[in-house]
Amino acid sequence: MMKVVRGFYSVAHAVKTCKPNVISAYPITPQTEIVENLAAMYANGELENCVYITAESEFSAASILVGASAAGARTFTATCSQGLILMSEVLINAAGMRLPIVLVNTNRALSAPLSIWNDHQDSMFMRDAGIIQVYVENNQEAHDLIPQAYKIAENSKVLLPFMVCMDGFKLTHAYEPVNLHTQEMIDEFLPPYEPVAKLSVEKPLTFGAYAPPHIYMEFRVALQNAMERARKVIEDVFKEWAEFTKRDWSGHIAAENVDGAETAVVTMGSITSLVRDVIEELRKEGKKVGLIKLRTFRPFPNDEIKKALEDVNKVIVIERAVSFGNEGQVAIEIKNALYGGNNEIYSFAVGLGGRDVPRELIVKIIDNVMKGKVKQGFYFEGVHEFREVIP
Amino acid sequence: MLAVAGFREGYYTLSFPTFGAEKRGTPVASFLRLSDKPIVLRDEVYYPDYVVVLDPTVVESVKVDDGLKENGLLIANYPKSAEEFKSLLNTKRKVVTINATKMAMEVLGRPITNTAMVGAFAGATKLIKLETLKETIYEWFKGEVADKNAKLVEEAYNYMAEVSR
Repeated sequence: MMKVVRGFYSVAHAVKTCKPNVISAYPITPQTEIVENLAAMYANGELENCVYITAESEFSAASILVGASAAGARTFTATCSQGLILMSEVLINAAGMRLPIVLVNTNRALSAPLSIWNDHQDSMFMRDAGIIQVYVENNQEAHDLIPQAYKIAENSKVLLPFMVCMDGFKLTHAYEPVNLHTQEMIDEFLPPYEPVAKLSVEKPLTFGAYAPPHIYMEFRVALQNAMERARKVIEDVFKEWAEFTKRDWSGHIAAENVDGAETAVVTMGSITSLVRDVIEELRKEGKKVGLIKLRTFRPFPNDEIKKALEDVNKVIVIERAVSFGNEGQVAIEIKNALYGGNNEIYSFAVGLGGRDVPRELIVKIIDNVMKGKVKQGFYFEGVHEFREVIP
Repeated sequence: MLAVAGFREGYYTLSFPTFGAEKRGTPVASFLRLSDKPIVLRDEVYYPDYVVVLDPTVVESVKVDDGLKENGLLIANYPKSAEEFKSLLNTKRKVVTINATKMAMEVLGRPITNTAMVGAFAGATKLIKLETLKETIYEWFKGEVADKNAKLVEEAYNYMAEVSR
């Protein structure tokens, strides 16, 4: 049923239909209303066979889920920014312990200076954790991704935490029409979680034990292998969902009009819609420009990127994060995927800390690259003139 | 509320707010797009067709007619006439005013002008029917609060429909 709801609700409703057993909650803007909506559902008795636990910090919220997931529960939490960073110590353990925890990160900037607004710096910080990361463009995609996330994470070939990344404010606070899942539909799509191994008194096991040098490395290889196997599982589940719902969000990437394109723009998250709109206009003017919407960031779709962009001369990456001392993380990954090719790569960081990215800025970036007005490299765009006080 | 009511009337809608970390008393803004086609844009609205001012004191710190299209309309909660508000802003745009604070005080007993201005917007633009707004209010609120807000919306709608005729 199509209903105008906020991003928060689109997530909470989807989580409810996935029948989680343990939800842990610690508030942080712009995530809080996700767990508040779930708390209301819990209080109204809409979540059966579920325990909702309010934690005293994000560290505890993540720890609660590690315990619950190790005991065989289907788990959920949501966080972002400093909250994700505080969870990071625990979540990295969850990856190592191969626990299929699903969390939603409502992408928000990192301190300092403090910002409650959107960029991708928080989830990028978790890039190397062994956690699957998929970014969504709108609230329907966020809604749709939740059951898929459980199906992927809980697959015995994968067993990894799954982080759904949705732009804070841009999506979370937006009211827009979302086609909401029915319970019957998700019951058909998502089977109950059958853990391969779990904590139990009948068969005692240890999760995340001490691993001396003669054994540690094998665990890490296994983690990488799981990420590699996840590629296929993710793709299969994405396809299954597309057939099941007739809503096709494409695979790890959505390559749009890149065949025969001279220029392609790579984007991730909610900014994709605006960039697509600009590109459609440019194509009407006869410009040969295409779009890559990057959905899966971990595991990174190197082969898909290479295949899609191999023959594209100029690649523009527009992203909302920076690896300070290098450049934007997406651009770094794209360059790695295209290594050995002849592509020119232009990377732009925009919209940090919630700065609005107006249409004109996207038009300017693409236009400048297409007309050869900028050299290959890394640029901040949409920055005011300012004077550094240090030094 | 306008996004929900607009969708009920067959528009595609998308709305989002922008605000700071302050708890109360700072200027905030909210954006709404209504369209016959699905809405994909999520950037802030720089060239609006309509601007709705909920609190007359924001004009001291915000240029509220900034970017308003030439044939656009500014709908303001302001205790005095449209002409007076117009000269205060020194704007050439079309302006209509309504004393929503007074209405809210009379109906709700509190100076919360949101629903009054939702009604004023619908009354001035006729983009959304009064009935649809009231349905939405009864979906969002219960009991006395719903009744009072429905009354406020209706009063503001009718006032603005009369003024804008």
